[in-house]
Amino acid sequence: MTQMTQLQSAPMPSAATRLDFLPIAVFAAFAVAPFLASSSGAEGYVLSLLTRVMIFGLAAMSLDLILGYGAMVSFGHAAFFGIGAYAVGILASHGVEDAIIQVPVALAASALFAALTGAVSLRTKGVYFIMITLAFAQMLYFLASSLAAYGGDDGLTLPSRSLVAGSGFLDNDFALYGATLACLLGAYMVSRSIVGSRFGRVLRGTKENAIRMEAIGFQPFHFQLATYVISGMMAGLAGCLLANQAEFVSPAFMTWQRSGELIFMVVLGGLGSLHGAIIGAAAFILLEEFLPEIVHAATFFLNDDLRSRLTENWQMVFGPILILIVLFARGGIMGVLRRGSHG
Amino acid sequence: MASSLLELRSLQKAYGAIRVTDNVNLSVRPGELHAIIGPNGAGKTTLIHQISGILSPDSGQILFDGEDVTHLPMHQRVRRGLARSFQITSILPAFSALENVALAVQARSGSSFRFFGKVAQESSLNEAAMEYLNVVGLGPRARVMAGLLSHGEKRQLELAVGLATQPKLLLLDEPLAGTGHEESLRVIETLKQLKNRITIMLIEHDMDAVFSLADRVSVLVYGRVIATDTPEGIRANEEVRAAYLGEEEIA
Ligand SMILES: Nc1ncnc2c1ncn2[C@@H]1O[C@H](COP(=O)(O)OP(=O)(O)OP(=O)(O)O)[C@@H](O)[C@H]1O
Ligand SMILES: [Mg+2]
Repeated sequence: MTQMTQLQSAPMPSAATRLDFLPIAVFAAFAVAPFLASSSGAEGYVLSLLTRVMIFGLAAMSLDLILGYGAMVSFGHAAFFGIGAYAVGILASHGVEDAIIQVPVALAASALFAALTGAVSLRTKGVYFIMITLAFAQMLYFLASSLAAYGGDDGLTLPSRSLVAGSGFLDNDFALYGATLACLLGAYMVSRSIVGSRFGRVLRGTKENAIRMEAIGFQPFHFQLATYVISGMMAGLAGCLLANQAEFVSPAFMTWQRSGELIFMVVLGGLGSLHGAIIGAAAFILLEEFLPEIVHAATFFLNDDLRSRLTENWQMVFGPILILIVLFARGGIMGVLRRGSHG
Repeated sequence: MASSLLELRSLQKAYGAIRVTDNVNLSVRPGELHAIIGPNGAGKTTLIHQISGILSPDSGQILFDGEDVTHLPMHQRVRRGLARSFQITSILPAFSALENVALAVQARSGSSFRFFGKVAQESSLNEAAMEYLNVVGLGPRARVMAGLLSHGEKRQLELAVGLATQPKLLLLDEPLAGTGHEESLRVIETLKQLKNRITIMLIEHDMDAVFSLADRVSVLVYGRVIATDTPEGIRANEEVRAAYLGEEEIA
């Protein structure tokens, strides 16, 4: 961990420049993927899968901002997914279907929830911070489950995807894909700017040594809270997109398991690099998606009965694989890439 | 300005039954270098913690620059000109030496609620930071990651960071602790230069350094100030000899 953060802000131009292309490569891959998809014959499936990858990438990246840069381990980040999604769902069920209203409402609600819960949570540290963010997210989960008017436990189906200034172009899967990519890219550029700014330096300094920051005249709380709010808004935006992608919203969007998955994605990709979180989300979702096939192919030497049972219960394999990656690929995927570009 | 820059009035602090700060009255005059000496565990660091705001006293008052700062949080005291270094080195290990200092410069120059623009390229911050590094003799090591500096260099860096906050009063908690001979000469030299420019409260076990630098010395024993005097006066003080200074050290 320490070694990783050191490499990151160290003046090591050779390694840095060789990995500098990585975010560009990631976004270039997302940009060309739809063209490949349309020639694959299964474009609907590929587009929806990759749209999900980018949505979770956006949420994971927003979590990296507080976790990787601010050392705030939030175990309730999926709450913002839920806020964004329910803002779309509830407004749509009242006939307000335009993203021009839905998105600002979702962002404002996310910001408000982040400001209120953050102000309380940030008074605690370590395990207590983890538990209190979890508790706030659970409150929201149970609130959503009890909203009988909006489907309660079952959630509610959107009449259609959001309009954009009256136009229904998001109904096209390519358009939704493009809009998601634009959101991800925009949020990435804003985050990149933040971590390199005056504000970001104070945030990174607070992660290193909060007492030192106070001893030079900063009040870390303000910077942490502001980051928490920004991060929550980005995850809220991801929630809006998820509602549109699924054309459905439900309390399941904000379970604690989902919050845990987001943490996993960030750790898997490597903390504190932003694009690492996106790569981690992609790895997580693609692994989850294709693991049954992979397990099936990799167990060719077993008898058919055992093979099909393993394939059915692929989740049993998923957990151990994730644990092995985290244990052996220290610093996540980004850590492996950095070591590779050094060697 | 008040006749004393820092004034402690009947300061008390206890850990359970142990009185770590026992009715301390002390005043630091503007411009002086005021040393605090005393045996291990006398309560020197605890006193600095209370002055800087990490700990709050059980009772008593801390007046800084004529204002009661007893209940102000640390960052606000720093902004009023009350900076400190730590006995146990406290730096940002993953930041370069330059960045460590530049952050302190940033703290007092303009808002830090700026989300755009690369801070690493703000030349006004970097140039000012470089000057402080040069003052403590770390200029050539500016680009090195702080965590990789030698122990003595980290002590020098702490000093540079403290200076960069532009303090009226700098509280130094054993700046020479653990430094090598060369490095400690360097730090003493730096303190001699700073002496005339800012007020310094120096905690130090190195008696040669204390007696050559200090204008006045206070002796703290079991949380109590048993004497405050000029270095000569302290050397001659019977109670101090008995309580703390060994005969050979004074000779
Ligand atoms: N948090 C604490 N809880 C209980 N006792 C403490 C605590 N911190 C310090 N003490 C005790 O208070 C006394 C004073 O400690 P302090 O660190 O202020 O001494 P010091 O004069 O700085 O010593 P040194 O010269 O070794 O640095 C010691 O007896 C120490 O054990
Ligand atoms: Mg001490």
